[in-house]
Amino acid sequence: MNNENKRPSASGVSRRTFLGGTAVGAVATGFLSGALRAEEAADAVAGETVVGPGKVAVTLTVNGQSFERELEPRVTLLDALRDHLDLTGAKKVCDRATCGACTVLQDGAPVYSCTVLAIAAQGSEITTIEGLGTEGDMHPIQASFVDNDAQQCGYCTPGFMVATKAFLDAHPNPTMQQIEQGLGGNLCRCGTYNGIKAVLQSGGRA
Amino acid sequence: MVDYSWPEPDKRALIGKRISRLDGPAKSTGGAKYPSDIRFDNLLYGKFLTSPHAHARIVSIDVEAARSMPGVKAVRVVQDAGSEIQWAHDEIAAVAATSEDIAFDAVQAIRVEYEVLPHYVTEGDLEAAPLTKPGSERVTGDLDAGWAAATATVEGSLSIPMVNHCCLEPHGQTVIWDGENLTAYCSTQAVSTLGFQFGGPLKIPASNVHVLTEYMGGGFGSKFSVERWGIVCAELARDAGQPVKLFLERDHELAVGGHRPSAFAKIKAGADSEGNLVAWSSESWGSGGLPGTGTTPLPYVFKIPNRSHKHISVPTNFAGAKAWRAPNHPQAAFLTMSILEDLAAELEMDPLELFRKNLSMVAGDRGPTYEEELTIAADLMEWKANWRPRGSGSGVMRRGLGLSIHTWGGKGHRSACEVTVHPDGGVEARIGTQDLGTGTRTVIAAVLAETFGLAIDEVKVHLGDNRFPNSGPSGGSTTVGGVSSSTRRAAQDALFEVFEKVAPELNASADELEAFGGRVFVRGEPDRGLSWSDAAAKLGLNPITVNGRNPGKGQLNDGGVGGVQMADVNVDMETGVVKINLLVAVQDVGLVINQKLAESQLFGALIMGVGSALYEERIPDPHTGRLLNANMEFYKLPGLGDVGEFKVHLMTGPGYDERGVIGIGEPPSVSPVAVIGNAVANAIGVRVPHAPFTPDRVLAALAEKGGQA
Repeated sequence: MNNENKRPSASGVSRRTFLGGTAVGAVATGFLSGALRAEEAADAVAGETVVGPGKVAVTLTVNGQSFERELEPRVTLLDALRDHLDLTGAKKVCDRATCGACTVLQDGAPVYSCTVLAIAAQGSEITTIEGLGTEGDMHPIQASFVDNDAQQCGYCTPGFMVATKAFLDAHPNPTMQQIEQGLGGNLCRCGTYNGIKAVLQSGGRA
Repeated sequence: MVDYSWPEPDKRALIGKRISRLDGPAKSTGGAKYPSDIRFDNLLYGKFLTSPHAHARIVSIDVEAARSMPGVKAVRVVQDAGSEIQWAHDEIAAVAATSEDIAFDAVQAIRVEYEVLPHYVTEGDLEAAPLTKPGSERVTGDLDAGWAAATATVEGSLSIPMVNHCCLEPHGQTVIWDGENLTAYCSTQAVSTLGFQFGGPLKIPASNVHVLTEYMGGGFGSKFSVERWGIVCAELARDAGQPVKLFLERDHELAVGGHRPSAFAKIKAGADSEGNLVAWSSESWGSGGLPGTGTTPLPYVFKIPNRSHKHISVPTNFAGAKAWRAPNHPQAAFLTMSILEDLAAELEMDPLELFRKNLSMVAGDRGPTYEEELTIAADLMEWKANWRPRGSGSGVMRRGLGLSIHTWGGKGHRSACEVTVHPDGGVEARIGTQDLGTGTRTVIAAVLAETFGLAIDEVKVHLGDNRFPNSGPSGGSTTVGGVSSSTRRAAQDALFEVFEKVAPELNASADELEAFGGRVFVRGEPDRGLSWSDAAAKLGLNPITVNGRNPGKGQLNDGGVGGVQMADVNVDMETGVVKINLLVAVQDVGLVINQKLAESQLFGALIMGVGSALYEERIPDPHTGRLLNANMEFYKLPGLGDVGEFKVHLMTGPGYDERGVIGIGEPPSVSPVAVIGNAVANAIGVRVPHAPFTPDRVLAALAEKGGQA
């Protein structure tokens, strides 16, 4: 519980372990409360490293670059990206795994980064919108979003774009039914779905 | 001198074209920095403690435990002991700390004792209201004669609840002090007006306040003011001596960050056997929170000759409503168009014919516009082939069509724009407006570049800064008319100054010249000219800077539009689920600066309307007075699979362009609930009187009718 600076290895710590060790403090973070039951906490003790609640060294690999930061174990991947790495593309909107604005890729799979702990993301390859392409050299999906005006205020765009990338990797020529199901985990308020559907129907090719 | 006008159609290289938004790449790569993305090395994170009670008095408040926590740099009591709290999630205290998590812990450590007072949050139950503010009854014509002339009458009790703006970027700002000077990165629709709003409460001159809004994550009418959170954020930063970022948590945002008033109504309407509307009486009530509501404009659009209307404003224990995309119009359209469609069904008449027959009643001279729009919309919907009398379908899945018409203003707002031409040919504009995602930046660039005959990427637009010439808030669909007018005038004036420098060399007078295709030449003689860069070089060493103002409606811009929408839906008679097949929008608009972005406004308005029609409603808990769905799981926005297909048509081009530029953000958001409601009624044979048309309400309406639920 007080291993302040002990570096947890990717395999040596799990969210469950962390919660077992910090149950009192951790329930403060809303999305964790209720998600774990006492029995889960109880069976998580033996043989696993317990870290926190103080800061620990966390190493994240984001867009191919390695970052080391001292973070409390309760810090989410989203907060780590936004507040500690200055990668503000992923957005905090619902903060409870509903809207998809915080979507990033973890080893190629889309995850809601508001609901992944930074310590649990160690050892995996994280890709954010910033890792997809640059303004001068956009990824074809990014160019297709621009071309189809699949954005207005743009606040949902990074999450939508990353989710689109993962979806099209798995479904290069999707049907509309696949599109509606596959991108149902991202929400837009300005109403840009028409453009986003066009991006997806074109397979993300501008 | 300069004739302020829009270029002729054959001289429009940019205006009216399908140009992609210029900030698309920045928004698509994470490069766009929103106010909530601004960071400083020593940035603190602000959070509020808010009231758990809808109505209470603060007995005591103790912030000492929070103040002494490591990492907490400032704590402020926002409402002290003795204060009366009038809605849940009202701000009680605030902290600024070195991390979000520490700020969260500090908020939890604040102890508040409340005396809980009775609350009222369910305005649908009008008899239980502790306070109502009835307006006077407005009567026009002779109602007795109207009812006597009516061969068909219908009555209805309808309602549409409060809905939230639910901007994805919550309300808030990041601020930094330098002595007595404040820089505030605000998620706002009104960058030019916030300096004064910060200055007063903070007791600094407005001129000390620098407001910046390069990007912002949605407003929809809810982000015009500095609000208490702006002032508290600045105070925390001043106390701490460090920059502070404070954005509302999602539950706080949904509870107080903005909502549209509800509308309930009891309506009776009558028509003669030919379908001519002859009588209308309505009593409406609604709430937008503690201030109540303004009146619901009934009957909407159709000024039925014999009519009466009375509205009752009902205060509830919620924060005050904020302007919501065409305030009052969506509610009024739903209430009115539902009753008119019921009347058509009663007369066994196609509602399209009933609407057409009564267009002489619409305000202004818009009847012919609606007539034309109804024809276009009916073609796009294939109305004649697809419409069936109400409830005439069979089977589990029933298809229905509905329609509605609407109106809005949209004239350009007060706007000033400063245009600079550099001797190297560079052209830039500074303008204190903001781009909400509507494409304002791209519109200004198109107007600027078009005027100088340049490509759109050869000009620069600077906006989102209160130190630029000021423009009005982006509300009322007034921005595009305002900024395109001020930009065009400034640009035409600046160009004329260049013409005056160039004219002698071309042996012409300045007013004989034009700029097009990267050249300046004598009108009609393209060879008698020079390149734009050579023309600009005539300025010598000094750039020229010119200010332009929008003098008002009728000067390159106009207001006052009509629009028609239609919906095609399927309803599952067993589950009550409504599925949108097709939405058609035909919108009167005037001169369109950017066809692609204008269409996006239509798509966005329709999609937002699908939310109000099928999913969105604030659900108050009558026992606690809190919202039961102050989160995005249960405050449901439509998703990509919920919205169906779209066909949109803009009434622009010859015959429309002459009016100039008219805003389009709001009008298409008025009719969606009405058209979807009418399509559902047409499909299932009975009116679903309460929006949103959720499965339980669809099944309840069927059950009440005695149908198979």
